[in-house]
Amino acid sequence: MSEPTGTSKDAQEPTGGAQSSAEASGPATAEQRTRGGERPASGEVEQAADDAGSTVEGGTRQAATRERSGMFGVRGSGDTSGFGGLRLPGYAPAPAERPYGGWFDELADDLGEALDERSVPRSAIEQVTVDRGEITFYVERDRVLELARILRDDPNLRFELCSGVSGVDYSAPDGAPVTRPMHVVYHLLSMTYRRRIRLEVALDFEDPHVPSVVEVYPTADWHERETWDMFGVIFDGHPALTRILMPDDWEGHPQRKSYPLGGIPVEYKGAEIPPPDQRRAYS
Amino acid sequence: MSTTDETRAATETREAQQARERETTEGTVYTVTGGDWDTLIDSEHDDRIVINMGPQHPSTHGVLRLVLELEGETVTQGRTVIGYLHTGIEKNCEYRTWTQGVTFVTRMDYLAPLFNEAAYCLGVEKLLGVEVPRRAQHIRVLLMELNRIGSHLVCLATGGMELGALTGMTAGFREREEVLHLLEYLTGLRMNHAFIRPGGLSQDLPEDWKEKVTDFVAVMKSRMPDYDKLLTGQPIWRQRLEGVGYLPVDGCLALGATGPILRSAGLPWDQRKVEPYSGYEEYDFEVPTATEADCYARYRLRVEEIHESLKIVEQAVRKIEPGPVMVEDRKIAWPAQLSIGSDGMGNTLEHVRKIMGQSMESLIHHFKLVTEGFHVPAGQVYQSVESPRGELGYHLVSDGGTRPVRVHVRDPSFVNLQCMPAMSEGGMVADVIAAVASIDPVMGGVDR
Repeated sequence: MSEPTGTSKDAQEPTGGAQSSAEASGPATAEQRTRGGERPASGEVEQAADDAGSTVEGGTRQAATRERSGMFGVRGSGDTSGFGGLRLPGYAPAPAERPYGGWFDELADDLGEALDERSVPRSAIEQVTVDRGEITFYVERDRVLELARILRDDPNLRFELCSGVSGVDYSAPDGAPVTRPMHVVYHLLSMTYRRRIRLEVALDFEDPHVPSVVEVYPTADWHERETWDMFGVIFDGHPALTRILMPDDWEGHPQRKSYPLGGIPVEYKGAEIPPPDQRRAYS
Repeated sequence: MSTTDETRAATETREAQQARERETTEGTVYTVTGGDWDTLIDSEHDDRIVINMGPQHPSTHGVLRLVLELEGETVTQGRTVIGYLHTGIEKNCEYRTWTQGVTFVTRMDYLAPLFNEAAYCLGVEKLLGVEVPRRAQHIRVLLMELNRIGSHLVCLATGGMELGALTGMTAGFREREEVLHLLEYLTGLRMNHAFIRPGGLSQDLPEDWKEKVTDFVAVMKSRMPDYDKLLTGQPIWRQRLEGVGYLPVDGCLALGATGPILRSAGLPWDQRKVEPYSGYEEYDFEVPTATEADCYARYRLRVEEIHESLKIVEQAVRKIEPGPVMVEDRKIAWPAQLSIGSDGMGNTLEHVRKIMGQSMESLIHHFKLVTEGFHVPAGQVYQSVESPRGELGYHLVSDGGTRPVRVHVRDPSFVNLQCMPAMSEGGMVADVIAAVASIDPVMGGVDR
């Protein structure tokens, strides 16, 4: 993963601006295969971003604001400094612009061609983000299985190994609305080309369905069970989607942000230490 | 079996009827009396029985539960039940600062704590965009390789015990004790060290670490041939392992198996070589592989990997040069320089004197950094290292705050354990033990 040079160590204030996260293309571009006019994702990206226009951060896919609580845990009234009312902008990964840098362009071109070959619309990829030397494809939910099969079988792609499937709950800590906060993340590894990519699917909690990729990557079996167990994502087509870490009769999905951590206060030398989720938050 | 059924029905006593479930004011009470196998077996498959192995069983590596369907002594179906050691570490990390997260992740795969710490810290550093000093990188390599030796020794020891080679167990644990003593001397703790920290290490190594490590390498080199005498060439050991737990390379890839399992099938995939991290590209070592894809090949690879790790340790001793072990940035590096005092490890007296008596700003800085933590720029990374069991990957997500939004661990034990049915279905019951031992799952990592 050391080749990509065009990454964004400096794009560290992701306030959702149109900052390109692949600016330092540099000498690597010379050896990239350039194919005239092929921009598999970026055109559709803007379109997709416009569709999802109802986000907190204008035009970005998902963004969760963070409430900055007062320095001494003050909430609501009682704050005279104004410090407690700060709201930090939510994080929304900026779409990358061509050239992505390193092997990312070649990969994106190959993927675009493979999609055309199998007549999958290129809009299946909603956004491409390049950050910290890693490339993320935000993909349409219903196309995950097709994409996984293409990524595994296409001779130019060959992502033989699925490193893992997991979930991320991007709900805002202060309850601000976030479009499609539940993300399912797939990490794929191509041993042939020594590349790693990430696929990401965004879902709503009201409709947490996503096609299972077990028939393409049998290793995803337990990963998807774990994601169901922890986040309540339903993988359609999974052979036996049951709980795996929690007891079978458990209620709720513990890793959702809406699920409390739990815990009891502890007394130590006369002082009562509250459970971790009720302690002062500084961030 | 039908005659047995009739006799059983005829002779069913009043006690046996009572022994079934009954309703009480506290709910249903089930009484398990045993002796009811014939009610569970259908008449066509007389020999088919379902046995439950574990979760408390000496040869299931902790709290792993296997449900095996047997025809005679042949396993027709194997199922793995996990979750008995789920501790919610990933969730807990979301309520702690990035630095505190180390103390959690080190408890996942408790036989390879330093790999958890290193992978987590490499991920945080990737998010932060910092590179740790050279000395810290090589000390990390040294510690990880010592840890790998210890972990593989436990695999040999428990694997030997499960297959009846009790001397293998005592020998393996004896050598592992040497590793733990050394790690205790270097880091302060035998296990769950929390020694590696985002940005470097919590403190430097003790003064005479070189002698201790060199002595350890000498001891290990003198003792490693004993394993060849005790196990490698031993006919019983070979007969128990050869041709057992077969999983070819396509099966490994489909099931996501990495580490010694994948390398025993002939694919020399090792993160240290293909995606070097922490300065591994400077080290000269081999990636042992085999093509038999059975338990014996995996055993042999682990022994060979111990030899390779010793080579890396020797090189690390030469490579580690004086220098800082933490990044310069005081917004990331914890302010205190830890030292061993009369009451254990803590802040140096000079530091306490400074913040309490001289510099208010230092005190504020210390307080803010320790209680609030440092801010990590928003974004996500996936960082993997080659743990003794395979690809240990950390998926870290930050929203720009001082605590993670998500810490997901792709633990190799969790993934590799899925291979158990593929390795053992169609074989004998006794070979299930060998197959599970060759997977070497650590339930702390599987269940997290």
